[in-house]
Amino acid sequence: MKTLVIFPIIIPLLTASFCLVSYKTPRLQWLFTWFGNLSYFIVALIFLQATYQGNYYSIQIGNWEAPFGITIVIDLFSSIMLLITSILVFCSFLYSLTMSSKEEFRSGYPSLIFFLMMGVSGAFTTGDLFNLYVWFEVMLMSSFVLMAFGGEQQQLEGSIKYVILNLISSAIFLASTGILYGMVGTVNLADLSIKFSIIEYNYPKLIVSSLLLIAFGIKAGLFPLYFWLPASYHTPPPGISALFSGLLTKVGMYSIIRTFTLFYKEVDIPIQNTLLIIAGMTMLIGVLGAVSQNEIRRILSFHIISQIGYMLMGLALWSVMGIAGAVYFIVHNIVAKSNLFFISGIINKKTGRYHIKSQGNLYQESPILSICFLCSALSLAGLPPLSGFVGKLTLIIAGIHSKAYITVFISIVVSFLTLFSMTKIWIYTFWGTPHYKKEASSESDKNLFFAYSAIIILALLTASLGIFGEIFLNISEKSAQELLQPLTYIEKIMEY
Amino acid sequence: MEWLFAILVGGLYSAGLYLMLQRNMFKLVLGMCLISHGANLLIFTAGGLTRNLPPIFSEANSIPAQMTDPLPQAFVLTAIVISFGVTAFLLVLVHRTHKILNTDDVDDLIKTDLQ
Repeated sequence: MKTLVIFPIIIPLLTASFCLVSYKTPRLQWLFTWFGNLSYFIVALIFLQATYQGNYYSIQIGNWEAPFGITIVIDLFSSIMLLITSILVFCSFLYSLTMSSKEEFRSGYPSLIFFLMMGVSGAFTTGDLFNLYVWFEVMLMSSFVLMAFGGEQQQLEGSIKYVILNLISSAIFLASTGILYGMVGTVNLADLSIKFSIIEYNYPKLIVSSLLLIAFGIKAGLFPLYFWLPASYHTPPPGISALFSGLLTKVGMYSIIRTFTLFYKEVDIPIQNTLLIIAGMTMLIGVLGAVSQNEIRRILSFHIISQIGYMLMGLALWSVMGIAGAVYFIVHNIVAKSNLFFISGIINKKTGRYHIKSQGNLYQESPILSICFLCSALSLAGLPPLSGFVGKLTLIIAGIHSKAYITVFISIVVSFLTLFSMTKIWIYTFWGTPHYKKEASSESDKNLFFAYSAIIILALLTASLGIFGEIFLNISEKSAQELLQPLTYIEKIMEY
Repeated sequence: MEWLFAILVGGLYSAGLYLMLQRNMFKLVLGMCLISHGANLLIFTAGGLTRNLPPIFSEANSIPAQMTDPLPQAFVLTAIVISFGVTAFLLVLVHRTHKILNTDDVDDLIKTDLQ
C-alpha cells in the first residue's frame, strides 16, 4: 500500500511516455491510453475505499525524513479528487475517439493529456508546498500546449492571455513560498501547519496568506482575478476545454481548501469575512457575465467562475457541513460542467456554430443530446433530484447555521440566474426553428457513438450523485471532518 | 546585505511589471523573465544570506556550528529550470502568434471577444 501512493503520479507519466514513443501509430496509443486509464481508475478506487476507513497513506520520496524531504500523502479528500479526475479523463478520451482527428493523435494529444493528469494528481497528492508549485508548473506546461494545440488564430489569442496570467500567478506562488520558508523554515504542509498556526497574528502572516490566496485565486478564477478564464476557455477544441473546465480551476480550489484548513486551525474572523465577500462576488459577477453572453462556450466559461464561488463559500463558512458541501460541490461541478462543454462540442458538430441564436430545433434532431444537456444544465442550476441540488442545499443550510445570511441570499439569487441562462440556451438551441442550413457533411448520431456514450455516462453520474446524495454527502462529510481536524494528518506524516 | 537584495528584488519586480504593462508582446516575455528572476532572488534572500559557509558536509566531520541552508538553493535551482522551460515556450508562442496574427500589439488580441 505504501508504494501504491506514488502510483497516481507514475501511471500517467508512464502512459504519457509510451504514447509519446508510439506517436506514429494511433492504435498503439489507444491501447496504452485505455490501459493507463483503467489502472489509474483502479488505484483511485482502492485509495477511496481505504481512506474512507480513516486511513492516511504517505510516502517520503528518497527516504528523507518528513520535514526535509518531499512527502506524498493521500487522504480522503485527495482520493475523492483522484477518482473524479480518472472518470473525467476517461470520458474525455471516449469523447475524443470520435471528435478528434487522427492528426491530433499523431501530434501527441494523448500524451499531453496524461502529462496534464500527472500534474493534477501530483497537486492532489503532494504534502509539500514547494512541490505543489512544481506540480502546478507540470500541469500548466501541458495545459499551455493543449491550449495552443490547433495553432489557429483564436487559440493563439486565447493562449497568450491564459499563459501570461497563469505565469504571474506562479510567480506570486513562488514568492509566497519563499517568504513562508523565510518565516518558519519549512515547506512541508504538515510541519507548516504546526509552526504557522502558533505564530501570533502579524503582518507577514497576513501577507503570506493573501499572497497564497491571490496565487491560487488566479488559478481557480476568483472574483477580481478571473479575467483570463472567459477570455481563453472558449478557444481550444471542446474536448480540451471540457477537461480544463473540470480539472484546472478545481486544482486551484483544492489548494485553497487544503492550505487554509491546515494553516488556520480555528476560524480567523478577518480571513473568514474576506473569503465570504470574495465568494459572494465571484458567484454574482460570474453569473451576470454568463447572462450577458450569447456564445455557448462563453456562457459556460462564466458559469465556471460563478460555481467556484459556491466552493469558496463552503470553505469560508468553516464548519463541517460547509466544507462537506464544498467537497461535494467540487465533484458535482466537475461532472456537470465538463458534460456541458462536451455537449457544446457536439452541438457545434451538428450545427457548425457556437452562437446560440444561430442554432435551433436540436431537440427534434437528437433527443438524447437534449436530455443529456437538460440533465446537466438543471443540475448546474440546482434542481432536485440532480446533484446540484444536494450541493447547494448543503451549502445553504451550512450558511444559515453560520449566520452568513447575505452570502446565502446571493447564492439563491445566483441559482435563479443560472437557471435563467440555462433556459436561454435551451430555448434558442433546442427549441424553435433552425437558423442554420443543414449541411450534407454534418455528422449523424451513429458516427458520434463514443461521444454520446461519454456524455451519457456523465449525465447518469450527475443524476446518481443527486439521487444517492446521502452516500456521497456522507463521504464528503467525512473528508470535511478530516480537513477541519488536521491533527491526525500531521501526526501521520511527522511520525515517519 | 539583505537590504541590498531587497532593493534589487523590488527593482526587478517593478521593471518586470513595467515591461508587462507595455503593449509589445516581446516586452511581455522580458517582463515575465524579470519577475521570475525577482521571485528567485526573493526566495534566496528570505532563506537567509550567509557568506563563505558550506551547504554540504560529509558525515565524517562533525556538523559545523554554522552552515548555509541548502534548501533555498535547491528551490531556486528548481525554479530557474522551470522558468527557463516556460520562457522557451513563451518565446515560441509569441513568435507563432506574431506570424499568424501579423501583430505584436497585445491590444490586437481581441478578435475572439468581438465575435
